[in-house]
Amino acid sequence: MAKLHVSTTINGEPVEFLCSPQQSMLEVLRNTLGLTGTKEGCGTGDCGACSITLDGRLVCSCLMLAAEAEGREIGTIEGMAQGDRLHPLQRKFLELAALQCGICTPGVLVAAKALLDRNPDPTETEVRYWLAGNLCRCTGYDKIVRAVLETAAEMREEAAR
Amino acid sequence: MNVVSNKWIGQRTIRPDGADKVTGRAAYAADATMPGMIWGKILRSPHPHARIRSIDTSKAEALPGVKAVVTAKDIVDFPVDTPVPLGIQDMRWMCRNVMAREKALFHGHPVAAVAATTEEIAAEACRLIEVDYEVLPWVIEIEDAIRPDAPILHDFLRFEGRPSNIAGKLEHRLGDVEAGFAEADVVIERSFATRPVHQGYIEPHACLVSVAPDGKTTIWSSSQGQFMVRAMTSLLTGIPQSDIRAIPAEIGGGFGGKTIIYLEPVAVMLSKKSGRPVKMVMTREEVMRATGPTSASRSTVKIGARRDGRIVAAQGTFYLQAGALPGSPIRGAAGCAFAPYDIPNVHSVGYDVVSNRSKVAAYRAPGAPIGAYAVECVLDELAEALGMDPLELRLKNAARQGTKAAHGPVYPRIGFAETIEAALAHPHYKAPLGKRQGRGVACGFWFNAGGESSAQVNVTEDGNVVVTTGHPDIGGSRASIANITAELLGIDYRRVSVLIGDTATIGYSNLTGGSRVLFASATVVTQSVEKVITQLRERAAKIWGIDPDAVKWEDGQALPAGDNAGRFPPLTLKQLAAKASETGGPIGAGVQLNTTGAEGGFATHICDVEVDPELGIVRVVRYTAFQDAGRAIHPGYVEGQMQGGVAQGIGWALSEEYVYDRQGRVDNASFLDYRMPVCSDLPMIDTVIIEVPNPKHPQGVRGVGEVPIVPPLAAISNAVYNALGRRFYSLPMSPPKVLATLEGAAA
Ligand code: FES
Ligand code: FES
Repeated sequence: MAKLHVSTTINGEPVEFLCSPQQSMLEVLRNTLGLTGTKEGCGTGDCGACSITLDGRLVCSCLMLAAEAEGREIGTIEGMAQGDRLHPLQRKFLELAALQCGICTPGVLVAAKALLDRNPDPTETEVRYWLAGNLCRCTGYDKIVRAVLETAAEMREEAAR
Repeated sequence: MNVVSNKWIGQRTIRPDGADKVTGRAAYAADATMPGMIWGKILRSPHPHARIRSIDTSKAEALPGVKAVVTAKDIVDFPVDTPVPLGIQDMRWMCRNVMAREKALFHGHPVAAVAATTEEIAAEACRLIEVDYEVLPWVIEIEDAIRPDAPILHDFLRFEGRPSNIAGKLEHRLGDVEAGFAEADVVIERSFATRPVHQGYIEPHACLVSVAPDGKTTIWSSSQGQFMVRAMTSLLTGIPQSDIRAIPAEIGGGFGGKTIIYLEPVAVMLSKKSGRPVKMVMTREEVMRATGPTSASRSTVKIGARRDGRIVAAQGTFYLQAGALPGSPIRGAAGCAFAPYDIPNVHSVGYDVVSNRSKVAAYRAPGAPIGAYAVECVLDELAEALGMDPLELRLKNAARQGTKAAHGPVYPRIGFAETIEAALAHPHYKAPLGKRQGRGVACGFWFNAGGESSAQVNVTEDGNVVVTTGHPDIGGSRASIANITAELLGIDYRRVSVLIGDTATIGYSNLTGGSRVLFASATVVTQSVEKVITQLRERAAKIWGIDPDAVKWEDGQALPAGDNAGRFPPLTLKQLAAKASETGGPIGAGVQLNTTGAEGGFATHICDVEVDPELGIVRVVRYTAFQDAGRAIHPGYVEGQMQGGVAQGIGWALSEEYVYDRQGRVDNASFLDYRMPVCSDLPMIDTVIIEVPNPKHPQGVRGVGEVPIVPPLAAISNAVYNALGRRFYSLPMSPPKVLATLEGAAA
């Protein structure tokens, strides 16, 4: 089958790729573009390891067709740090040991950033429900939730300064 | 034990692999690629039990793009009559597990594999393989498998002289249980059942394999042990270990499930036949159908005590479902069940039962949660019958230094009683409960383990340190090794890099499993660093022209000591590294050892639940875990192990289970239908680390990773009883079951 030509923006940079009509965004990110920071835990939209943003909205890239990226803006874990400056969430996850094996971490971070972009002052319950689509089998979520809440508080302080 | 300043031990340092893992750089197995790489795919049995009469692969081989096809013929056969043990596994079973041989033994059992230029072509080729099956009657549940008329999986298995699905029996005896029960004033006997649950690692099994024309083989894979991968792959492919380089990728969770291999030997044979690098990645569905969950279980436990609360006898029978091939964790169930207590008369028996579902793999403290579930629930009833506080009953009977355990050892100094005392004193234990809430407690034990470990510690020319060990880091062990190395050398932990070597670059190291990694690797790293310090003192002595014994190492520098004190300015690690060539060459040392002295891990948990009577939902609303860690080298990752173990235990108790359909297939092989706890299901999980140092370890380390999954099953069950006044004797206490019970009670 003829491949589709897609022009899109990934982490602020223009990107073009060829894909078949049925290929998922996750497959293209990982296998065509070499952006392997986005992980596959299930391929069925149930684990959140493949979380990316599409025009700022949080989506499972395993459920998105690559062709849908045409003309849109994609954000992945590779775009979260600015050069060698980690995003405050990334720093806090390291400080609080909010990851063990780290396979869920890219998805959790992308999802948590999408939350804080919308809601700079979430409650614990809001964090827990927002992240309910991101499975983590290692941590029991305790340190993840604490890291998101602490980052939010620090970012608010920073913004108020 | 070394007396150290604790500048770095006990600190919450940033893990050495941290930045890679929060930026998406860390390379897991499925992230690897190679030029010319093709894709492998497995054809799996559509039947839970069937004889394989023949396999015709000619159509698949003829499909354009197909580069190789592999069946059981390509995997080394280990005949069933000669055991070939490798660790706790047996290659007779491993060769039949990676590729069905005489029979397909479960739905999803591999029967053939294909490598092709794309995943789609490989999948299409699998559909073209023709397998002639003789479909056989099948059996899945324990109670069905042990019936006299059950379909027999393996003709070669005999139990008590007859063909049987009971593959083995393990028994622990202490004292005389009959006499013990005769002394008891109160005896409680109950039966329990648990369902199979999966380890649930988020990263599916994956590997990339390249076999060169000269047979030199490179394997990148996700496993809990690169040396296990090398050994098993070598045995199953006939390629000598020296020709196999197994490189440990970052591992996305294992919890025991990656202590065996599934894909590697198949990928090796596909690569060998095709002459191309081959990548294989399981789907989630394949993970759920064909990789090891842990056992379902049926147990009966009987405990007798005197009126004063002293337990005088205990008896346990544990049937564990092994899956298609022998090897369920009966040792963990029968051995750990009564291990926390000082009981004079114990009889504990485990039965290994095969049936037509995927072969079990280790799962965090394998078997121990099953044993503890039954014992700790019976103890709860016993406490009630005696009118005693359930923690006081446990404290009264707690094993201590000198207690002889039924599974063998006499305990050295352990910190079990301390965990119960801490729980009794904790505000959680006295906090008021709300409406429909209940509180439960339970304790647990895990053996922990030592075994083979290797380390190499090298000083770089610019005076920093690189440590290499041989255990995949599954939960932050590199951070702890950096802390220990920095502490011993007296330098900033950021000057220490910690790497995991592959099978060609570091000495043999046993699996990451059994809660052994930090115990064992800290031992060999400590000894290596001590050797490095000796070298550093010698180098300084040479520069100063004094005896090495007259040099001490302190705060990252060599100092003249004794009579020479103050005679020379100190020499730092950097200065000594710069002079290494002139003073005798590179500075570095390695140690390879079979470590011993890992002592058991003990935990006590308190759990509060709230039951929604309309929906049957049990929610854990508060949880506190108390554990003797020996010494917490990095408290953040110790807490993380405790919290993760508790969360998995909550899933086991409340929502996770394998469901089979009428055709003997797993009916819920996805994360949607196999319900692991998500973030909104859980509360914060509080942890209290107790440190009673292990006298047999340089830093006092005990294993920490496994025991936290042992108490939750019973702690939650006991809390549900406290909330509802009704006991459940089977898991999971899922909403339909809870509702049915509540409705039954109302009717
Ligand atoms: S891989 Fe997309 S949700 Fe799991
Ligand atoms: S850290 Fe391992 S799954 Fe989240």
